[in-house]
Amino acid sequence: MENLKYALYTGCTARESTPELLKSTMAIADKLGIELVLLDEASCCGASHLQDFDDMLSLVLNARNICYAEKLGLDMVTICNTCQLNTSLTKDRLDNDPILKAKVNEKLAEVNLEYKGTATVKHFLYALQDDYGYENIKKLVTKPMTDTNIASFYGCHNIRPSHLQNKTNGGENSYTPTSLDNLVLALGGNAVEYESKNKCCGFHVELQNPETANKLSATAMTDAIDNDADVMVTPCPLCHLRMDVQQHGISKEAGREVDIPVLHLPQMVGIALGLSPEALGLNHNINQKGLI
Amino acid sequence: MMSKITKKLTIKAFRFNKDTDYLPHYDTFEMDVSEDELVLDVMNRIKWEHDGSFSYRRSCRHGICGSCAVKVNGKATLACKDRIFDLVDTFGEELIIDPQSKKRAYKDMVIDKADFWNKYDSVQPYLVADVEENPVAENKVSIEEAEEIDEADYCIQCGACYYSCPAVEVNPDYVGPAALVKAYRFNADVRDTAKISRLENLQTLGSGIWDCVKCNECAEACPKELNPIGKITKLHQQTFAEGLAQNNVAVRHAVGFKWSIHKHGILDEGELVRYSEGNIGVMKHIPEAIAMYKRGKIVMPWNMPKSKNLDEIQKLVEISSTVDFNGRKK
Repeated sequence: MENLKYALYTGCTARESTPELLKSTMAIADKLGIELVLLDEASCCGASHLQDFDDMLSLVLNARNICYAEKLGLDMVTICNTCQLNTSLTKDRLDNDPILKAKVNEKLAEVNLEYKGTATVKHFLYALQDDYGYENIKKLVTKPMTDTNIASFYGCHNIRPSHLQNKTNGGENSYTPTSLDNLVLALGGNAVEYESKNKCCGFHVELQNPETANKLSATAMTDAIDNDADVMVTPCPLCHLRMDVQQHGISKEAGREVDIPVLHLPQMVGIALGLSPEALGLNHNINQKGLI
Repeated sequence: MMSKITKKLTIKAFRFNKDTDYLPHYDTFEMDVSEDELVLDVMNRIKWEHDGSFSYRRSCRHGICGSCAVKVNGKATLACKDRIFDLVDTFGEELIIDPQSKKRAYKDMVIDKADFWNKYDSVQPYLVADVEENPVAENKVSIEEAEEIDEADYCIQCGACYYSCPAVEVNPDYVGPAALVKAYRFNADVRDTAKISRLENLQTLGSGIWDCVKCNECAEACPKELNPIGKITKLHQQTFAEGLAQNNVAVRHAVGFKWSIHKHGILDEGELVRYSEGNIGVMKHIPEAIAMYKRGKIVMPWNMPKSKNLDEIQKLVEISSTVDFNGRKK
């Protein structure tokens, strides 16, 4: 297989509150023979909050991030659903609106950059599914996740709105997503069927409305637990910050104990590829039940 | 004549009569459904061929009255628009037809939409304008001005977005996407004079624009493809542009992103929480901060990474910003 090479837009959390995400991403990329070039110049994507405040500014900043992937002549991969949404939304708007693109480029020209629209932007999950291929990952599995019930939690910003996401997520149906579940199966695990797999964790109102956030997480997590999940997995570090870090508040809202480890997508892949807990940063997870 | 392709399907329909039933149940129908049949055709056949008491709302059959919205396997569906075969492609050969909200069911698919309409009413869903009684000329709106409305006036009030919104589900006070689309529709109308009062009413924490969870379920549900969340984002932007943003945690959080990006390029997550919550509000996050610190999930200020070429980012923030936060004290 031809060696895959991407520009990696890490987003902010992978460099701060979820260091295990960056560690495990780099570790499995190395193991799989995928080359990831870090975009150290990139800024925050605005996380859908800057977008509420200043549309133009968020477009310019996201376009700048994409410029750096374009300069390398590489496609961009993201490891955060919300980075994926805001970056691809920017790309979609600029690629379909020459006047807006010109306005943004006028600003970028001030720092000698130009947004061209030559790089695709996709989440790492779909690079694994559509470019690398699960059958090729399967060949490298040394520790199949036999007898482990894994509940895939997709996260909103990788699957909705589907008219945007379908350009780079292999046509994933937002009502019946399969990419994570099929990855679980390729790694030898049991894919847990539960209704909440494509629902919202509530992360984006965590500060102003923690009750809503905890109720949404509680619904999803108790649904997974009641369907015999041993562990959950998510491709989004913001979902992870909710569901791994906030289990105390979620339990209170649920009125019952919500106690389940939550893996990042590359941590799950890494475990099956036989990588060490240290290499996957499992020591950083808050709920480590059965992980180490 | 070419014969139509048909499929043998299992259709399960939610049945409930609020006057007589304690609990709902499902009736199952094995049906041959052809490729051109819509969900509404199948509901009609259930009523006409199997059980005349099966109840649902319907009127125009042309995707414009918004009456026949239901859910199929959990997906918001305008019954007169969605083809059964398309739903089979997604969900397989067993389709479950539910009302938009099971807990608001009166009879089968007929629900009590009072919550939807009350919230809709609350946003002044009409044009507020000084209209001359005896005008001497037309009230002209340019093409560019009309485009600002961004198709928000195509809403058919079916409730698909509202009853798909998880924030509404857990926070009954939240006004929800449909009412917000309508508020945007009139706020974006150059003839309207109630924009300020609408925005003031919509920025209360716990019920207004800041309670959208940004899940994009509304964008997925809308049968007219109006992208409700895009309109909600524009209401946020209008609130800032009009200098109406209150000094609250959600507003400071949005503004804090710009502040933090200007400082470091990537976010300073800890400082952003302090900026948003304030020095006192941030205290409630101490327990989780300690748990995170113990697991190496907190970067100390002196180790905060900065983006490479930060000077570029700072320059772009300075020259690209279009709005300032003129927050008023609550």
